[in-house]
Amino acid sequence: MDTLQKIKATSKEQEASKLPLQATVNISGSEAVMRAMVSEKVHTIFGYPGGAIMPIYDALYDYADRLQHILVRHEQGAIHAAQGYARTSGKVGVVFATSGPGATNLVTGLADAMIDSTPVVCITGQVYAHLLGTDAFQETDVMNITTPVTKWNYQVTDATEIPSVLAKAFYIAKSGRPGPVVIDITKNAQLQKFDYAGYKRSDHIRSYRPKPIVRKKFIEEAAELINAAEKPFVIFGQGVILGRAEKEFKKFIEKGGLPTAWTILGMSAIPTDHPLAVGMLGMHGNYGPNVLTNECDVLIAVGMRFDDRVTGRLDKYAKQAKVIHLDIDPAEIDKNVKATVPVWGDCKETLPMLTELIEQKTYPNWLQRFREYQKEEEESCIVPELNPTGETLTMGEVIKLLNELTKGDAIIVTDVGQHQMVTCRYAKFNQTKSNITSGGLGTMGFALPAAVGAKFGAPERKVVAVIGDGGFQMTIQELGTIMQSQVDVKLIIMNNNFLGMVRQWQQLFHEKRYSFVDISSPDFVQVANGYHIDGRRVSKREELGVALKDMLDHKGPYLLEVMVGKENNVFPMVPQGCSVAEIRLK
Amino acid sequence: MNKQEYTITVYTENQVGLLNRIAIIFSRRKINIDSLNTSPSEVEGVHRFTIVINETEDVVRKLCRQIEKQVEVLKAYYNTNDEIVWQELAMYKVPTDVIAEKVKVERLLREYGARAVAIRTDYIVFETSGHREEIDALIKALEPYGLIEFVRSARVAIIKTSHGFHEKLKEFEYREPSEEVAENEFLSENEKIFSM
Repeated sequence: MDTLQKIKATSKEQEASKLPLQATVNISGSEAVMRAMVSEKVHTIFGYPGGAIMPIYDALYDYADRLQHILVRHEQGAIHAAQGYARTSGKVGVVFATSGPGATNLVTGLADAMIDSTPVVCITGQVYAHLLGTDAFQETDVMNITTPVTKWNYQVTDATEIPSVLAKAFYIAKSGRPGPVVIDITKNAQLQKFDYAGYKRSDHIRSYRPKPIVRKKFIEEAAELINAAEKPFVIFGQGVILGRAEKEFKKFIEKGGLPTAWTILGMSAIPTDHPLAVGMLGMHGNYGPNVLTNECDVLIAVGMRFDDRVTGRLDKYAKQAKVIHLDIDPAEIDKNVKATVPVWGDCKETLPMLTELIEQKTYPNWLQRFREYQKEEEESCIVPELNPTGETLTMGEVIKLLNELTKGDAIIVTDVGQHQMVTCRYAKFNQTKSNITSGGLGTMGFALPAAVGAKFGAPERKVVAVIGDGGFQMTIQELGTIMQSQVDVKLIIMNNNFLGMVRQWQQLFHEKRYSFVDISSPDFVQVANGYHIDGRRVSKREELGVALKDMLDHKGPYLLEVMVGKENNVFPMVPQGCSVAEIRLK
Repeated sequence: MNKQEYTITVYTENQVGLLNRIAIIFSRRKINIDSLNTSPSEVEGVHRFTIVINETEDVVRKLCRQIEKQVEVLKAYYNTNDEIVWQELAMYKVPTDVIAEKVKVERLLREYGARAVAIRTDYIVFETSGHREEIDALIKALEPYGLIEFVRSARVAIIKTSHGFHEKLKEFEYREPSEEVAENEFLSENEKIFSM
């Protein structure tokens, strides 16, 4: 045991030497929360007050000059806004909510942030510690409800813990593979006065290793595979954006001359018109990248997790290829697809190491294969969607016009469903962190609040939300947030009077038995007007361009409802349970 | 791949809620935990979980990665039965009069490596430790004599190749640990995967 005592002794000495000599001040737990926010350089908080978080809101009152609080209309809106904020700013999104229903309303957003690796810190109020477990008013077991959907959670019952716990919360949320953190603070801890010795940001937790030491051996093996490849293919996900490795990634593919496709969340990390870009992977992705996944000889996966919507049927996925998997999360390596060479690490570090070892190359014939498939896709899917001849509008032509007007510089936030797939298929992006969508969880109702957060995360950029008529009605109350905080977001509703994606599946796989997909909507423009938001509805092609331009030029928030074809489908499509090579064009 | 018994050993911080965080990794995948023991390890502040499940190696490996991913988990290992030395502890409560009359207590104790931990006029409590079968055998032996109550502990196990956790923990405290601790087990030499 003497080794142990030594360990304890040394770590105590280390601790002591690190702490600056500082006089303590007597403050409340709530005040300590505010100081933590300021120290973590938080500017914007999305939240909703309530009984158990009142002391924190009381402290916030004095911080109005340093901390901007956006009052949402529902806690789900707060967390989606925080997600949108985190995704466009690259910073941690922060949420305040009260106990009980306030906290349970966060759960969908937590699950969404968990599966899409979004850094969010949620502070929830909780009943007094002595009331825990008594079924007190607005008491709920937040810790156990949120455990499966958080990277970390912690309940504070003593104010003295607040500075160190919040430091850990921010560090955990943003480091390694980011994720949501919930800190549940009991009311007594918010009120309790204690001797505060300052806030120290955390950068080390002994049981937590956010990124590994990169092993050169595997970089070398990966480079060897790439250099020997005849048909190499790069697929990348959000890891490139989360790792702030866009430049490193671009250098890597450009030196190697590697054809590159993105997942829905990786999209915008490189410009969509990059000469090596071959499009989007997955169920409604592009034809070439899906088919040729099953033909490449070396598949290089960067910061992506082989989601089932990307891989289709796993036992028929890229079986011919040697797989190089770069990921920061070791649990992702070999989870779905066995890696020939696993490169565990932060891609900001691993990509330059790999770039150095690969040969400068081009694969004109191989790249041409992608272009040929693209041509085929153009004819049967893209042209009819973007340049329709029928009377009704298509979602694709809206996005095409939007591209022309924004020149690919806007942030586009999408909800979930057909409009999401169409937008992600056709939207052009020049800048990273521009495609904000609920990828993993597929949360309808995400886009409206996420657009609010996206705007606060990137106030200098234009934010356009594209939302379906179904999803819009799931979080429609956030129009109130937009009204009150004058959030300059442009809202496009693609209204087909259907829950379109489910209807498409019912058409294709359930003999057109349209079971409860016929959804009626309020007059969205009037609803917006009720919130003092200007808006317009269009259903004619000749009006569309002007309407979009007016929307973009409008000062302040604007809602544009576009009536689109009722029974349009999104193609191509990899039917569920099929291999990516079995992608259908119609 | 065939299912077999695996013993998962997890070193963690001592934290409220961590048991749930680990347990739901199994329940989410509808995997039944055969036995679970959690108690302080030899290192102060560090807890040790011993979890027994019946699964394929592929599943167990993935489970271990998910467990190790949790912020407060220091390390997770998995082993087959021939890589560990393990014991369960069991207690048996039997009526004194029957035992005194019908069974030669001394022979029974020797045969099963059991010992009496409480002797009263109305009942005796025996205790033994061993593998599942050994403990079950004593149940069988005592059943005819009116076994009143029986309880068995979870498995505890020592990993044969382990060199202990002290040194490793010391390295966890460092910001820049050796490769061994920051190890990428999935990338290590095969035979060393999940061995200490």
